[in-house]
Amino acid sequence: MATTKETVVDLRGGAIAIAGRPVVRGVDLAVGSGEFVALMGANGSGKSTLVRGLTGLRPLTTGTLRLFDTPFDHFHEWRRVGFVPQRTGAASGVPSSVWEVVASGRLTRRRLLRPLSRADRAAIDEAISVVGLERETRQGVSQLSGGQQQRVLIARALAGQPDLFFLDEPTAGVDLPNQQALAHALGTLKSRGSTIVLVAHELGALAPLVDRSVVMRDGRVAYDGEPLADHEVHHPDFGEAHTHHHTEPGRRDHSPHVGSPLDRGTR
Amino acid sequence: MIELLSLPFMQRALLAALLTGLAAPAVGTYLVQRRLSLMGDGIGHVAVTGVALGLLTHTSPLWAATVVAVLGAVLIEVIRERGHTNGDVALALLFYGGLAGGVFLTGLAGQSANELQQYLFGSITTLSSTDVWVTLALAAVVVLVCVGLSPQLFAVAQDDEFARVAGLNVRAYNVLVAVLAAVSVTVAMRTVGLLLVSALMVVPVAAAQQLTRSFRTTLLGAMAVGTLASVGGLLVSAFASFEARVAPGPTIVLLALVGFAVTWPLGAALRARRRMRAPFPELGQERHEMSDEHPHVHGPECGHVAVPHGDHVDYVHDGHRHAAHGKHYDEH
Repeated sequence: MATTKETVVDLRGGAIAIAGRPVVRGVDLAVGSGEFVALMGANGSGKSTLVRGLTGLRPLTTGTLRLFDTPFDHFHEWRRVGFVPQRTGAASGVPSSVWEVVASGRLTRRRLLRPLSRADRAAIDEAISVVGLERETRQGVSQLSGGQQQRVLIARALAGQPDLFFLDEPTAGVDLPNQQALAHALGTLKSRGSTIVLVAHELGALAPLVDRSVVMRDGRVAYDGEPLADHEVHHPDFGEAHTHHHTEPGRRDHSPHVGSPLDRGTR
Repeated sequence: MIELLSLPFMQRALLAALLTGLAAPAVGTYLVQRRLSLMGDGIGHVAVTGVALGLLTHTSPLWAATVVAVLGAVLIEVIRERGHTNGDVALALLFYGGLAGGVFLTGLAGQSANELQQYLFGSITTLSSTDVWVTLALAAVVVLVCVGLSPQLFAVAQDDEFARVAGLNVRAYNVLVAVLAAVSVTVAMRTVGLLLVSALMVVPVAAAQQLTRSFRTTLLGAMAVGTLASVGGLLVSAFASFEARVAPGPTIVLLALVGFAVTWPLGAALRARRRMRAPFPELGQERHEMSDEHPHVHGPECGHVAVPHGDHVDYVHDGHRHAAHGKHYDEH
């Protein structure tokens, strides 16, 4: 991997445990500035958990993480990071407009109790136009289709004008036209030099953008290199041999469910 | 009857109703957004224990209730954050513990049920001027924080994971909302009573959101509905009291529910209308299909729903979409 440029994400020996059970183990991952990395793997392979570790939503059990060459514990420049969490939609219990959800992404750059500046408004409008939702700006988020809601979440991350994006399964359950709109938005980001870490189990329309694939299997990095096509990811040998063996997917390890009110949840 | 409004106790009651009506729905909006509509109810039950402690120790029931409600609210928030699926069971434990504890302690204090009833169902017309000042100060704090910090509180309630990665202290904001909810419960305690507090936090929001599409208008709309309901309910009960015994607390809540009953069908009709008139997507390359013999002439005044479709208008009736094409209509 060409890491001649600045290394934006640098994880060494990373392990993450959920409810005491190690899920992600021994992961070394370095992402250079401007790279578009696809983090792939089957459901339960630990790819989402790894991204949650990289964004600080889950603590690392062991390992060291540096973001923008700063040890994670001393990293406070969250304005440089944009996160698109895995969501089925952007709706909540009270109606909220597309503009409001996108504007909440601007909070990384706003001070407490200050009104929106002209630059804030411009960034919000720009983020909405990158994902192509100008006509829906004043609409309620819950009235949009699933794919459009996913684009709203991307615009929210964009509004803070970050340098590094983490996207967790943005294409899950999104139809092809919306995937293409997503691909267009991510292509715009890539051309601006943003670093993108994308979690997906299928790339679909995003495939042409990917510079490098990292495949997770059972919590470990099984492959790190040239971009893989969707069907190659699940091959035991990553599609290099054309023997076409079908291997049964094994049982995956999940932490057991706990259900008593005062038990510590696994969230 | 107008003299009634010049009575000092009535003026105090009006002021308290106004502030409660503003503050309770302001916090309620964030609770509804996080799908915690019943949290206010839970805090209300816990606050009963606080009132009873106040009665037992002969200190101020208002302050005792505030302290216990804040503790209860923070506890609810901690349980919600730690546990996952069964958070509601934990809340239920707290609800009933609070209510049972309150009634039990009131018995120990040798107070009659009447004393506790003032707090359970409200007694807005017996407020002292100190009560009003305390209510005023607490309600002002609640409203200022809810409106002033609305960008942050909105982001946290909308998507707490995103907010955490954006560098916001999500736990602090969640605890802040819990504390604000507890404070507004005790603010509304004398107006509508602990058992109906949650109604004033949730019903105005439910009413307002029937007609709104954005969070900001919902927040402001809920505050308007809450104020109208609480001031209106108080006036209705005051004037009706010449004829019959009408309690202000339930009147306020019923009036808020009337608000919901009015906005709900209105909102449903507006949404249906908007859905009907949403433009049809343009697919290009429409197949040219003429409609059968069509004696009716469509136009802006013809009464059929007209939906924009690209550069023209489709008229919708009986499962057809008719677009004018020369002298005939096309099926679109």
